[in-house]
Amino acid sequence: MRNNMKNRMTSTAVALALFGTVFLAGQSAQAAGNTPKPPAQSWSFSGMFGTFDRAAAQRGLQVYREVCAACHSLRLVHFRQLSGLGYKEAQIKALAAEVEVTDGPNDEGEMFDRKGTPADKFPSPFANAKAAAASNNGKAPPDLSLMVKARIGGADYLHGLLNGYEAAPAGFKVPEGGAYNKYFPGHVIAMAAPLSDDAIEYQDGTKATVAQMATDVSTFLAWAAEPELEERKSMGIKVLLFLLIFTGLLFAVKRKIWEDVH
Amino acid sequence: MSDTADPAASAEIDEQTRRDFLFATTAAVGAVGLATAVWPFIDQMNPAADTLALASTEVDLGPIEEGQSITVVWRGKPVFVRHRTADEIKSAGEDDKAELPDPETDAARVQQPKWLVMIGICTHLGCIPLGNKSGEPKGEFGGWFCPCHGSHYDTSGRIRKGPAPNNLPIPAYNFLSDTKMKIG
Amino acid sequence: MSEKQMHPIIKWIDYRLPVFSFMEHELHEYPTPKNLNYWWNFGSLAGIVLVIMLVTGIVLAMHYTAHVDYAFDSVERIMRDVNYGWLIRYIHMNGGSMFFIVIYIHMFRGLYYGSYQAPREILWMIGVFILLAMMATAFMGYVLPWGQMSFWGATVITNLFSAIPIVGDSIVTLLWGGFSVDNPTLNRFFSLHYLMPFVIVGLVFLHLWALHMHKSNNPLGIDAKTDQDSLPFHPYYTIKDLFGLGAFLIFFAYFVFFQPNFFGEPDNYIVANPLQTPPHIVPEWYFLPYYAILRAFTADFFLYAYTPIAWIMSAKLAGVLAMFASILLLLLMPWLDGSKVKSSKFRPVYAMFFWIFFLDCIVLGVVGGKPAEGVWINIGQATTTYYFVHLLVIIPLVSRLERPKTPPESISAAVTSKAEG
Repeated sequence: MRNNMKNRMTSTAVALALFGTVFLAGQSAQAAGNTPKPPAQSWSFSGMFGTFDRAAAQRGLQVYREVCAACHSLRLVHFRQLSGLGYKEAQIKALAAEVEVTDGPNDEGEMFDRKGTPADKFPSPFANAKAAAASNNGKAPPDLSLMVKARIGGADYLHGLLNGYEAAPAGFKVPEGGAYNKYFPGHVIAMAAPLSDDAIEYQDGTKATVAQMATDVSTFLAWAAEPELEERKSMGIKVLLFLLIFTGLLFAVKRKIWEDVH
Repeated sequence: MSDTADPAASAEIDEQTRRDFLFATTAAVGAVGLATAVWPFIDQMNPAADTLALASTEVDLGPIEEGQSITVVWRGKPVFVRHRTADEIKSAGEDDKAELPDPETDAARVQQPKWLVMIGICTHLGCIPLGNKSGEPKGEFGGWFCPCHGSHYDTSGRIRKGPAPNNLPIPAYNFLSDTKMKIG
Repeated sequence: MSEKQMHPIIKWIDYRLPVFSFMEHELHEYPTPKNLNYWWNFGSLAGIVLVIMLVTGIVLAMHYTAHVDYAFDSVERIMRDVNYGWLIRYIHMNGGSMFFIVIYIHMFRGLYYGSYQAPREILWMIGVFILLAMMATAFMGYVLPWGQMSFWGATVITNLFSAIPIVGDSIVTLLWGGFSVDNPTLNRFFSLHYLMPFVIVGLVFLHLWALHMHKSNNPLGIDAKTDQDSLPFHPYYTIKDLFGLGAFLIFFAYFVFFQPNFFGEPDNYIVANPLQTPPHIVPEWYFLPYYAILRAFTADFFLYAYTPIAWIMSAKLAGVLAMFASILLLLLMPWLDGSKVKSSKFRPVYAMFFWIFFLDCIVLGVVGGKPAEGVWINIGQATTTYYFVHLLVIIPLVSRLERPKTPPESISAAVTSKAEG
């Protein structure tokens, strides 16, 4: 019996050591260099029971369309997917119809423009990557569809970045064409501060401070990167519950079958 | 041996029942779990969201003049939309009483008589019949002619002569306005 | 076979193709030591993960397009538009990590209890080949989404082959099908990634065949001699394996549903850009120890610079060879370990060195994930050195010099005494 206990303790110690290492190894990857970690926000969609705050996400869509869409594409998101944020079919049709989409060739062999439909994706502000770079000092503004998954820190990082424009500390020289940002790796970002207080007027009347817009657009972009999040987490709860019960039953059956051996 | 007062025997039977119940419950729960887990792997083969989004097509009827036909693509198939002339509507109605391989009245095939909407795939072996563009042969019945094996369709799209067994199929469609129609 | 009530149809089939009596013998009656602990669950878990990977992979292949212009977007289409596509993709993605977790535990179990010793040498060696096949499969699979890490990881690793003298560059061009990692490379990786798992299935079949020849090892490392020492596989170990599966699925499901990108790299959600190298190129976590060994061989690494190796080859080639050697040397375990006693339960000194080796592997993994700078270079070189010292010096010496404790007479004797004690 003592031997058994010792084995169990060793196994547990090993498991804990492994988790500890993995955890620590993960930590240091983030504070690479001397760029500070952005402060953690509390997001409606974090945790095992998270969901997207519909109101915030809809405001975020407004911020995207009125501020970001001038330079950043959202090419993996289709208008029809906005039903996931609570928009009705008529609203989606109207939103889509506000944009022009190139289609064709027609029977004359020419490309033509037409109004967008729900099946279309969000349009790109530039014809191609090189055009995007040419209009932006040689650096193409990246697509935002996956930005929340493509950066360490995710929505926290986005929020920090958008709020993180400040005067460079004494002695730090910011090169031509760049701006100082507290959380951008290397501190020099090619994008000038995109948000300013009251840059847009929210349709629902919320005051459009930089912090508010940063939160809203980060929520919207978190949805754009992971539209399946709510379904995934709710399914996860059901699956885990099922597995806990089923594994419990299997354990009981195992003990029953092994009765005569133990 | 019906000594039901024997405590050891009935305890063993209780034990057996409890064990069977446990095994049965576990198996049942497992079966339900397995079935639930299998479903996504089957459902993933059903049309994806982007395919479903193209399940219907809107057609602008304004530019189609009388006597003109256009072909639109719907779910990967050609759909003939014809703005019929008065003569065509008249002859289509009269032929209701003619000898039809696939009997169907013209009224059953249209919602508004001047608009004929049909899937342009010959019901014989799948070629696309001619007759939409001016200059193309329209067959002996003034409608459409399939060049592959010589099927003739009339001004209602019904098969009149040739190897095709059925009339050109009518897809589900509805009018959103006088000048707009949604197919599918 | 005993007089069983075989259904006439079963009997008819079995007479012509003995599937039923085969299963009866190999899966039902099959004698398994009665004292196996839960570390023995990981073999069946690996088999199940292999099946999960095959099923999810085949389904994903119904929607994936292996062309540089479409690959990334086809994966995102799976995530967003295909019914349950996100679920199947995340199961496949995290299943890869799960596969390596399970296999590494399975291997360390083998190392601790001497499962590689006679008569199970070939069983062990087939296992090493399965590991190599898994690594090839995983490497090529990671390229398929065509993200930044996919592209640059492929570039770095295929470039390694240029270290081979004389033919190196030609081999790399052959692998690439061009002058850099590009569409030809992606296409062939897709083909081979689809193929390799079936090679693994074949190897697993050989692995199980070899296992069934001499049956499982056990925590005491002594042979099962009588019927008293064993139990029929069904129902005892079928139920224990099912229970283990349930516990494992909880662990797996937590990652799939709540932390699906924990094992991954954010950079792989950026489309591959051949003109922009990411700041840190990191392979998947299960390759990190080998990556550390590869990078340890710098020009001034003492194990390279002060040995005859420096006269024969470049530091780069030495690193590549050491990386492969770290796995291939495992093939020699049955001969490096010279002890008559299998299980570390009775070899406390050997056991201590086992745990140090285990720790060494963990640290190697951490080093592999860090940029090759500063103190990490020193730690990497120290742990790399220790890895080879452990295999080539410590095991041969300790196994032959240590006087092990006396194992019990038989498994059943040990089990009975444990019940009484």
